[in-house]
Amino acid sequence: MATPKAGIHGWGAYIPIYRLPLSDIAKIWGWHPDQYKGLAVESKAIAGPDEDSLTMGYEAAYNAIKRSKIEPKKISAIFFGTESKPYAVKPSATIIGEALGITPFTMASDLEFACRAASEGMRSLIGMAASGLIDYGLAIGSDTAQANPGDVLEFTAASGAAAFVIGRTSNASAIIEDSVTFVTDTPDFWRRASQPYPLHGEGFTGEPAYFYHIENAVKALLERNGLKPSDFDYAIFHQPNGKFPVKVGQDLGFNMDQMKDGLVTPMIGNTYNASALMGLARVLDKAKPGQKILLAPFGSGAGSDAYLITVTDEVENRKPLAPTVEDYLNRKVLIDYASYAKSRSIIHVIK
Amino acid sequence: MSMDLSISRFWRKKEIIYKLNGAKCKSCGKVHYPPKNACPYCGSRELELVELPRRGKLISYTTIYAIPEGARHQSPIYYGLIDLGVTKITAELTDIVNANSLKKDMEVEATLRKTQEDRDAGLIYYVLKFRPVLVQK
Ligand SMILES: [Zn+2]
Repeated sequence: MATPKAGIHGWGAYIPIYRLPLSDIAKIWGWHPDQYKGLAVESKAIAGPDEDSLTMGYEAAYNAIKRSKIEPKKISAIFFGTESKPYAVKPSATIIGEALGITPFTMASDLEFACRAASEGMRSLIGMAASGLIDYGLAIGSDTAQANPGDVLEFTAASGAAAFVIGRTSNASAIIEDSVTFVTDTPDFWRRASQPYPLHGEGFTGEPAYFYHIENAVKALLERNGLKPSDFDYAIFHQPNGKFPVKVGQDLGFNMDQMKDGLVTPMIGNTYNASALMGLARVLDKAKPGQKILLAPFGSGAGSDAYLITVTDEVENRKPLAPTVEDYLNRKVLIDYASYAKSRSIIHVIK
Repeated sequence: MSMDLSISRFWRKKEIIYKLNGAKCKSCGKVHYPPKNACPYCGSRELELVELPRRGKLISYTTIYAIPEGARHQSPIYYGLIDLGVTKITAELTDIVNANSLKKDMEVEATLRKTQEDRDAGLIYYVLKFRPVLVQK
């Protein structure tokens, strides 16, 4: 079966400047000092008081468009994947589209599937670009991840964004050769419509959700393309913490050399919709023409996508056109729990 | 930008606020921002919208502690006079951790941020602000 192919023309990321050390969370909430050590995350990135998923998504998209070398008006679809929408009703995609000079003849919507909504946007854009319905589309994953203060999730829930311009294969930086999606109804993590913080179903978060879905998506992709883990130069998985992606990768037969460049959560925490996608952005910042990438985002609820991506010669021309993930990782200012609580609206203010 | 926003007033200005569109005078060639009906230098009404450079140099700044309700949590707000080459503009500065880091001629660049929110249920207003450059050229 011939698979419709599409190209990644530009990629971009954004990480806010602020970092909260996990030791501060442990101290404030009276966790055992070693409670978070198993997560393999030292500090998490925190959006500032004037930032939200929209502003972060804007900058990641701005960077992606720079690297795509196309006029913003040539983009005719925007999918914004987030679980921290500034508005429950009012699309962020139109505001970003307008601010970037993309609108008005533009499909634009905000997608929700926990941490893999933006990946669903990428899957849709592949089909739309390959069919000729659009020339270029923009997929953005961005979250100011929420966690109930004092909940174990608070250690990793972080802020960041990643974006990709997807179009036809000609002149692309990388070719998406194939992709597979695997979803089931799984109660591992949810947030009710009017609730500020999510809950997680104890016992469901690891094996039946994260590992089950990623492993099934990746195995299906490898099998139908006749590939094995050693055929890849890079492997990138969703990163709820620093430990799960390494374990799922090793279980599937990948080694640390293939995984290390795509790991960003150990430095900045889990950026939800940007988690695996920022790993892809960081890998594209470094990848050489001809290299093969496996990408597997995951979202609770639950589902995973597996992508087979080949880097082209064009990647070298695009790398210098926007800041790298490393540039954002290196720009950091440590803050304390009080600053974090204020900027993430954990302190309730009567307005 | 005024700190007193309204839905319709903001909507009318979004082209200017989101994209840093200034006005270039067809008569004397000078650029100003935000665009007025007539050139402030020669009075000509023959103007065209031009997108201003997104990087510039900080000339001076002021610190504002009297903040409207919808931006209270962003206090203090640093307001900068920025030289974009083609013109000078005033804009909010952001990602300023310490006012001592604000130096004359420091390079700044534009990025989209929230400037104000109408309480919990109202509109959120986004504008281009300027922050210290991420990557030096
Ligand atoms: Zn004039």
